[in-house]
Amino acid sequence: MKALTNIIRKEIKEMLTKSTILPIIVLAILFGYLGNMMSGVQEEATSESIIGVVDLDDGVLSDITMDVLSRGAKIVYNGTDIDEGLAVAKQEGATALLVIPSNFTENISNETAGTIQIFWIMKGAGLLDSISSISVQNLISSVELGISAYMIETGSSSDPSLVLDPTTTTDTTLFKDKEMDGISPSTLDAIISSQSLTVPLIIMMIIMMAGGTVISSMGMEKESKTLETLLTLPVKRSSIVTGKLVASAIIGLLMAGIYMLGFNYYMTSFSAGVDIDLAEYGLALNTLDYVLIGVSLFVSLLAALSLCMVLGTFTRDYKSAQTLTGPVAILAMIPMFITMFKDYNTLPLAAQVLLFAIPFTHPMMAMRSLMFDDYILVISGIVYVTIFAVVMIAIAVWIFRTDRLLTGSRKRDISKSPIMRLLKR
Amino acid sequence: MPAVEVKDLDKNYGSFKGVKGISFEVEDREVFGLIGPNGAGKTTTLRVIATLLEISGGSVNVFGHDLAKEPHEVRKILSYLPEDAGAYKNLTGRDYLRFIANFFASGQAAKDIVARGIEIAALGNRIDDKVNTYSKGMTRRLLVGRALMTNPRLAILDELTSGLDVVNAQEIRKIVKDIARNGTTVLLSSHNMLEVEYMCDRIALINDGVIVEMGTPAGLKKKYDACNIEDVFMRVIT
Repeated sequence: MKALTNIIRKEIKEMLTKSTILPIIVLAILFGYLGNMMSGVQEEATSESIIGVVDLDDGVLSDITMDVLSRGAKIVYNGTDIDEGLAVAKQEGATALLVIPSNFTENISNETAGTIQIFWIMKGAGLLDSISSISVQNLISSVELGISAYMIETGSSSDPSLVLDPTTTTDTTLFKDKEMDGISPSTLDAIISSQSLTVPLIIMMIIMMAGGTVISSMGMEKESKTLETLLTLPVKRSSIVTGKLVASAIIGLLMAGIYMLGFNYYMTSFSAGVDIDLAEYGLALNTLDYVLIGVSLFVSLLAALSLCMVLGTFTRDYKSAQTLTGPVAILAMIPMFITMFKDYNTLPLAAQVLLFAIPFTHPMMAMRSLMFDDYILVISGIVYVTIFAVVMIAIAVWIFRTDRLLTGSRKRDISKSPIMRLLKR
Repeated sequence: MPAVEVKDLDKNYGSFKGVKGISFEVEDREVFGLIGPNGAGKTTTLRVIATLLEISGGSVNVFGHDLAKEPHEVRKILSYLPEDAGAYKNLTGRDYLRFIANFFASGQAAKDIVARGIEIAALGNRIDDKVNTYSKGMTRRLLVGRALMTNPRLAILDELTSGLDVVNAQEIRKIVKDIARNGTTVLLSSHNMLEVEYMCDRIALINDGVIVEMGTPAGLKKKYDACNIEDVFMRVIT
């Protein structure tokens, strides 16, 4: 029994290190944040909708509609001017502006479905950003029920399908200076969700695999004791750093590519029903957009690899290299989860600053940002990540030029520090 | 001009002084040995001359090149064999030699270097096997081949025969002696006093980061009236 506890104690000491605990703590905090976000969304979905209404019809059915709407939602605009209604609705944080046309009652009375025009005011393009539109859609269903009840009571129609379904809606979604006719936030969300899920995952996989390769390469060089020989060869330190970065990038891209082929096939099974022409809504990407996405991905990969190269210089062997991939994985997972569910612009300022500072965030949200012409965010991200990568490469080359790679960080002699000297005096 | 000129060399690791102001010269084509107990500063001195460690104080010149100012030039003419060196495990012995040779030459010249490395390593058909299938002795032979195949002007060999059996060790010693005769200056360190006595033209005894004695093996034996270098060593440090 004593031998067993001895082994258990030793195994726990070996396995339970700072580098194994830290990623779990960060992940727990991350999931806590996501949980808060989800509960906030749930509250939003169940809370009273904020809408504006433009009633151009004076008929009885528009009165019924207004009555249902006013009972189920907070109406921040009730007038007859669409432009004014939109301005007020945007200002008041409304989800939509509903327009009841002048022929609404007349059409239904003439056995034709009445049309409610909905101007959706979309705040973000994350998976959770379109939740509030669901409550407005429920409100429209209540309006239909109200009108159906009136029609049954008065016997005003002999067409059962019209009685059951007396209204139709036309959707226009307003998002970041774009006005997209014929599309609702939920449909738009379905279009974007495929890339919302896939792109961050691809980026995370590339970063983790390529980064892990660099760190492992350094760990293996140290463990196999090949580093000393390499450093005495007539080759520039910058060539060693560049060689390792490029080789790791190629291997990382290859591994991520193979992985994502399988994952993409898996994902297409979910989005098979969504077949919408993005160009029709002005969401298609042009050549410049693809170039920017490519540049963003390239500089981000470079930043990741150079960061990993710097981390790799601290490895002692292959095992310690494996544990050092933890911080990189966390840095890749934080933006992956957050950008999947929430739009950057709908996040609190602190979260925005955190995400911007993580270099891997930028390619994850580049495609979505470019769909909505947010060039400033993408270009500023590229500039920031480039600076980050250059600084990291410079640090890596500097470490390779010094003997810190072999001797580790130098412990300072505290007794010789200026403070200690003063104290001695 | 001496092949290696070390003047007042200091090497500090933080507050710990690994080497404390040592000075010595190695003549061209000479085999010079550094001997001393564990932690005396032998490997540190060799690593400094091999451009791996930065100099904390003093200076080192290798064939007229100031190590602090021209490390890249020094790397072109030296070859360093660390004590516990390894080779890339997923490469074959031949590929490993080819990888190293490509830093020094290209085309036929690189092929000639590899052929020479294969000859020195003398691993037979196993040269085309992956390094991870080699025994410790085979790996050491491959590394000796790697270190000497480029005909370096200066070969720095840390514990040359570490991990080799008696037969292999003797073969390697002969190869190094031949190389020195053909124009390579050799600076080596060893715990094996017999090896040092057999191979070195001159030796320096290093203890606690300081050179405590220097001379030819014969001269030192005479000076201390000792029958071998091991006795000299014990008398000097005690």
